Amino acid sequence: MQWLGLYNYWIVIFLMMAGFYVVISRSNLVKKIVGLNLFQTSVFILYISMSKVQGGTAPILKEGFAVYSNPLPHVLILTAIVVGVATTALGLALVVRIKEAYGTVEEDEIHNKDESL
Amino acid sequence: MIAQHLPALQVVVPLLSAPLCLLLNRARVAWLLSTAASWVALVIAVLLLQQVLATGTLSYELGGWAAPWGIEYRLDPVNAFVLVIVAGIGSVVMPFAATSVVHEIAAEHRVLFYTTYLLCLAGLLGIAITGDAFNLFVFLEISSLSSYIMISLGRDRRALTASYQYLIMGTIGATFILIGVGLLYMMTGTLNMLDLAQRIPSVADTRTVRVALAFLTVGISIKLALFPLHLWLPNAYVYAPSVVTAFLAATATKVAVYMLLRFLFTVFGAELSFEAMVMHLVLLPLALLAVFSASVVAIYQDNLKRMLAYSSVAQIGYIILGISFASVTGVTAGILHLFNHALMKGALFLALGCVFYRLGSVQLRDIAGLGRRMPWTFAAIVIGGLSLIGVPLTVGFISKWYLVLAALEGGLWWVAVLVLLGSLLAVAYIWRVVEVAFFQPAPRNAPSQEAPLTLLLPTWALIGANVYFGINTELTVGVAHRAAEWLIGGGG
Amino acid sequence: MTPVTALWLTLALPLAGAALIVLLDRYPNPREAVSLVTAGLLFGLVVRLWFAARAGEWPALVLVETLPGLPLALAVEPLGLLFALVASFLWIVTSLYSIGYMRDNRERNQTRFYVCFAVALASTMGVALSANMFTLFVCYEVLTLSTYPLVAHSGTAEARRAGRLYLGLLIGTSIGLQLLAIVWTWMLAGTLDFRVGGVLAGVASPFLTGILLVLYIFGIGKAALMPLHRWLPAAMVAPVPVSALLHAVAVVKAGVFTVLKVLVYIFGLDLLGQIVSGNWLLYVAGASIIMASVIALRSDNLKRRLAYSTVSQLSYVIMAAAILAPLSVAGAALHIAAHAFGKITLFFAAGSIYIATHKTEVSQLDGIGRRMPWTMGAFAVGSLSMIGLPPAAGFVSKWYIVLGALQAGRPFAVAVIVLSTLLNAAYFLPIIYRAFFRAPNKPSHGKHGEAPLPIVAALTISASLTVLLFLFPGPALELAHQFAGANG
Repeated sequence: MQWLGLYNYWIVIFLMMAGFYVVISRSNLVKKIVGLNLFQTSVFILYISMSKVQGGTAPILKEGFAVYSNPLPHVLILTAIVVGVATTALGLALVVRIKEAYGTVEEDEIHNKDESL
Repeated sequence: MIAQHLPALQVVVPLLSAPLCLLLNRARVAWLLSTAASWVALVIAVLLLQQVLATGTLSYELGGWAAPWGIEYRLDPVNAFVLVIVAGIGSVVMPFAATSVVHEIAAEHRVLFYTTYLLCLAGLLGIAITGDAFNLFVFLEISSLSSYIMISLGRDRRALTASYQYLIMGTIGATFILIGVGLLYMMTGTLNMLDLAQRIPSVADTRTVRVALAFLTVGISIKLALFPLHLWLPNAYVYAPSVVTAFLAATATKVAVYMLLRFLFTVFGAELSFEAMVMHLVLLPLALLAVFSASVVAIYQDNLKRMLAYSSVAQIGYIILGISFASVTGVTAGILHLFNHALMKGALFLALGCVFYRLGSVQLRDIAGLGRRMPWTFAAIVIGGLSLIGVPLTVGFISKWYLVLAALEGGLWWVAVLVLLGSLLAVAYIWRVVEVAFFQPAPRNAPSQEAPLTLLLPTWALIGANVYFGINTELTVGVAHRAAEWLIGGGG
Repeated sequence: MTPVTALWLTLALPLAGAALIVLLDRYPNPREAVSLVTAGLLFGLVVRLWFAARAGEWPALVLVETLPGLPLALAVEPLGLLFALVASFLWIVTSLYSIGYMRDNRERNQTRFYVCFAVALASTMGVALSANMFTLFVCYEVLTLSTYPLVAHSGTAEARRAGRLYLGLLIGTSIGLQLLAIVWTWMLAGTLDFRVGGVLAGVASPFLTGILLVLYIFGIGKAALMPLHRWLPAAMVAPVPVSALLHAVAVVKAGVFTVLKVLVYIFGLDLLGQIVSGNWLLYVAGASIIMASVIALRSDNLKRRLAYSTVSQLSYVIMAAAILAPLSVAGAALHIAAHAFGKITLFFAAGSIYIATHKTEVSQLDGIGRRMPWTMGAFAVGSLSMIGLPPAAGFVSKWYIVLGALQAGRPFAVAVIVLSTLLNAAYFLPIIYRAFFRAPNKPSHGKHGEAPLPIVAALTISASLTVLLFLFPGPALELAHQFAGANG
């Protein structure tokens, strides 16, 4: 049961490995960015889920609620999401430039074009 | 009044100059601004180092929020020294940029270059100065994202793919660091490094903390290009504009090394890192492999920038080697080499920038006989190269001395032998350049002019530092030794 | 001028000379004048130090404290003074000779040549007058680097290959072995100062002392002990003045000098006498002497023959020191000077022959003594010194080495000296015989007389000194005895 109770971590690990696999195995540069996104998202979930307290509510002071979830990781991960968006934007911008320069976004074709120089 | 806020200003000055650059939107003005910002940063860094050396540590609460909750900027001999290195290299590289950037970066991108440079500088300084683990991640991403952009500004289209490759690797590394920080937070409920250091021992035996250490080490190792995670580095260095290469080679990997030191020694503590987790058993072989494999690869490169890039991987190996001894002398050697390598690689990449300015190429075959045509540039390359080899009267020798001493003190005489053999490989790749440049006839159409003074002066400033700190080591050895004692002593 | 001023000037003056030479790049006459004047002044400075020493004053000074407890420091001591005297004097002679040789041969890059020469001399002075092993190592490396451009001077494929071998062997051994030994010594003893009686006694186990001895001896590649001698014959491609610099003035002398310093001031003769493993040095040096002589005997190329003769003569010095008797150590010190004068004469003569006739092989030299009497006369004197016959300086030093060997009861060393003397005679006397007593193989092969005047002047001076050192060995002997006696 303990294993099942930690299901959020299993999701994190699954997402992380899936994202990592996409980054490594795909040769399409856009797909790599997608994989990278997935990879980052898994960490967001790690942060968010670890701060959840069983039965806790959002941390707003109110009569009748004594247990609150930890808000700090949520705030942290907002920052991390912003960073992730920036990374994705930059990555995609680079892909656009690469497409302009090489006329392709496939890694092996780019490699061939550089080799043939 | 201002003196109180120096730690904040250290980061804020370059950080705020960046959008200002963009607003003013004139390349010349942007250059002036970023040069001024770098110099101001250097002045602040030197003042801070002085304070730290006088008083021990310096703590600054950002926005007035008290330490474990608010973000704390915390200075000790280790990061105060790193600040000086980063700001110092920035201040030397910027004057060089004025001429070099006009030549190497397209007109519409120049303002953008200065903006990203300032962001990168702010990020690197921030990593060094902050005492908060999550803040460190944010600064790391600021510096990384801006360095991806700077690399992509190279004229060669391969700069784009190099930058892309670095972006993928760098993001994975940064995410690993994020995971590590998250796991630590899970176990301790704090992000302040000092707080972490106090709370970790009580939970040191948990698997979570150990996994956190592993994630952090791997993540940082990607950033500092530790063999075999160095694959992004050669391309990034080769295709980036000369200024960018010089700046990044001398600072970015150094700051990453600082992160490693900070986490291994301060946050986790030497006891956990090296006794329970036996990190030295991982780092030592990897460092030696880095030294040998990268040096051998460097020997076979015909592109001088690529040769130096591989040499950087090897030199990072030396730094990590020093750290892996986990003794005062060893860490002193590591920190010394951190400083010294910044000086030599900065100088060498700037000198290559001079070559590229006149030649438009840094291929070995194109520099034949240029030793006589561009005597100052090539003299700089020779001296920088000698420093890389570790010849006496240069900084490289001082690093080697301490490395060998640390290895012998640790009873690892075979490591000492390997360190020295590694220097001989450096002789091999440096001497190829010397022979071609000085003892081969120049082709007829070779340029006959020396590089302009605006490029030579910054280069020689760093070369001068290479020699000066090779003879008078009072400052460098003194600070490195104090920093090492600080780290080994747990850095309370 | 106080002796201390003279001491730091010995380093500063050649460097200043080098800077001036760079500035005078386009003006050959002033440039070479600067070279000569600097050499003269430098000798004057060293003589000043010598007078101070005779008055009982041994100046010392610290230049800069590079690492905590490890300063770059200079100090005068008898052996260093002897070496400095020889080197600075021979620089004058060599400068004179270079001017004639380089001009006559229309060599390129002459400024680089003179600059490197001056820097090499500065570092030689540094080696000679260093107060600790750290300073000596620094100067040793600068010497290697500053002589590399001289070896590879011509830039031909062969010269570059020789340069590579030169640098590879010398830097390889010094960084790979010697530096390791130095750091190790520093760690064990906590000091690298040259002290009478050594610094290693009592701090290292006999086994470790043996290891350090191996590291030091083979780390000093400049001493050209076999099997680390290959760079020396290879470097023969360089111009003749460079060969003179390598063989007589600076490089190999710095090598054996360093060996002597290390044996006497780092290990101490007593310590070496105690460790069993110290004996190997005697046998290796002895074998080196004999093998190098045999190779010399079989070489037809004159410069190559001289190069191997150098390898053998250097091993004399090492063997003499390894005998560990005060008399033989004095002989070793003296042999540095004697060999310097003798060998420089021989190289000058070889260069003179090349300039005048473009001949390089021994078998071509029939009858040449009649056309070039000065050159071949000097050659004969140099040969006598190499063989160890009166009236040449080599006799005196060999005499002391043999005395020491007998005193210490080392029949092996005596046997080696006897055998090598015969071998030396076997490869030098035929040259003299050919030159003076055989008829030229063709009645007239081009008209040539003596070499240009500066060359003849230089080799005459060095030959007369070889004889003078035999007739009046007193001052040199005094220094050598002071050096050995301090440890007696």
